[in-house]
Amino acid sequence: MDSGTVPSETELAELISELPPAPAGWVRAAVELPRLRRELDRLAALCMADADVRAHTLADLERALRDAGLRATPVAVRLARERLQ
Amino acid sequence: MPVLESRGLVARCRAGDDDAWRELVERHARYVHAIAVRAYGLQPADAEDVFQETFARAYEHLDRLRDDDAIGAWIGQVSRRLALARVRARARESPAGTDGLPERAEPDRRLERLDEALTVHAAMAALADPCREVLDRFFARDESYATIGAALGIPPGTVASRISRCVRRLREKFVGRNAPSARS
Repeated sequence: MDSGTVPSETELAELISELPPAPAGWVRAAVELPRLRRELDRLAALCMADADVRAHTLADLERALRDAGLRATPVAVRLARERLQ
Repeated sequence: MPVLESRGLVARCRAGDDDAWRELVERHARYVHAIAVRAYGLQPADAEDVFQETFARAYEHLDRLRDDDAIGAWIGQVSRRLALARVRARARESPAGTDGLPERAEPDRRLERLDEALTVHAAMAALADPCREVLDRFFARDESYATIGAALGIPPGTVASRISRCVRRLREKFVGRNAPSARS
């Protein structure tokens, strides 16, 4: 699109279509980040208090996240590992 | 990319307001998704990693922003950097070496196009609800007249005329100002 000219209706339609919604699951996982952080704080406190809980949690972080009702994306698992190790 | 007022929204995110964070994610999700998928052509798993990592970094970075209104530009920059890193990593893993690496000019051209699209979407946001929704459903979500008609409670035949009228209204937003060149 040329700067300084008014876009045609066809150009506008094409540009609207350039930004479809992101997949709902992706957005939901990103929206959950504050809750993920709070949940990791809670898990970290539990892990500090009990070595068995810590070992059990670290052995399967994906399950720990899912049990907390969170989506276990690779990024969420990485954040959990960093927080809990 | 066009600068939207974000100062108040970022301040609310920083104060622990989950609804504000949701709004911030929803405001930038399409752009980050399009950078990963459309500009850099990442496969879904890689694109989602870039998407999640971008917002994870944004969340961690909230306290260190120098200009809250620059959060959109910051998110765009991070997502571009992460997507490019992913493209390069995949190219290194590929037996064909850098054959899988897109030409530098191609993502740049695509990114310019996405910035223009952002400007158009920002103009759409200034339209009344019925116009904004019908244009988004038809052009961005690729919904049929029948689906849109059912969702909005109007006959499918009316959907077509509404789309036509709303595109004209959107175009009027650009009369008397520069076309979407977008970068700021």
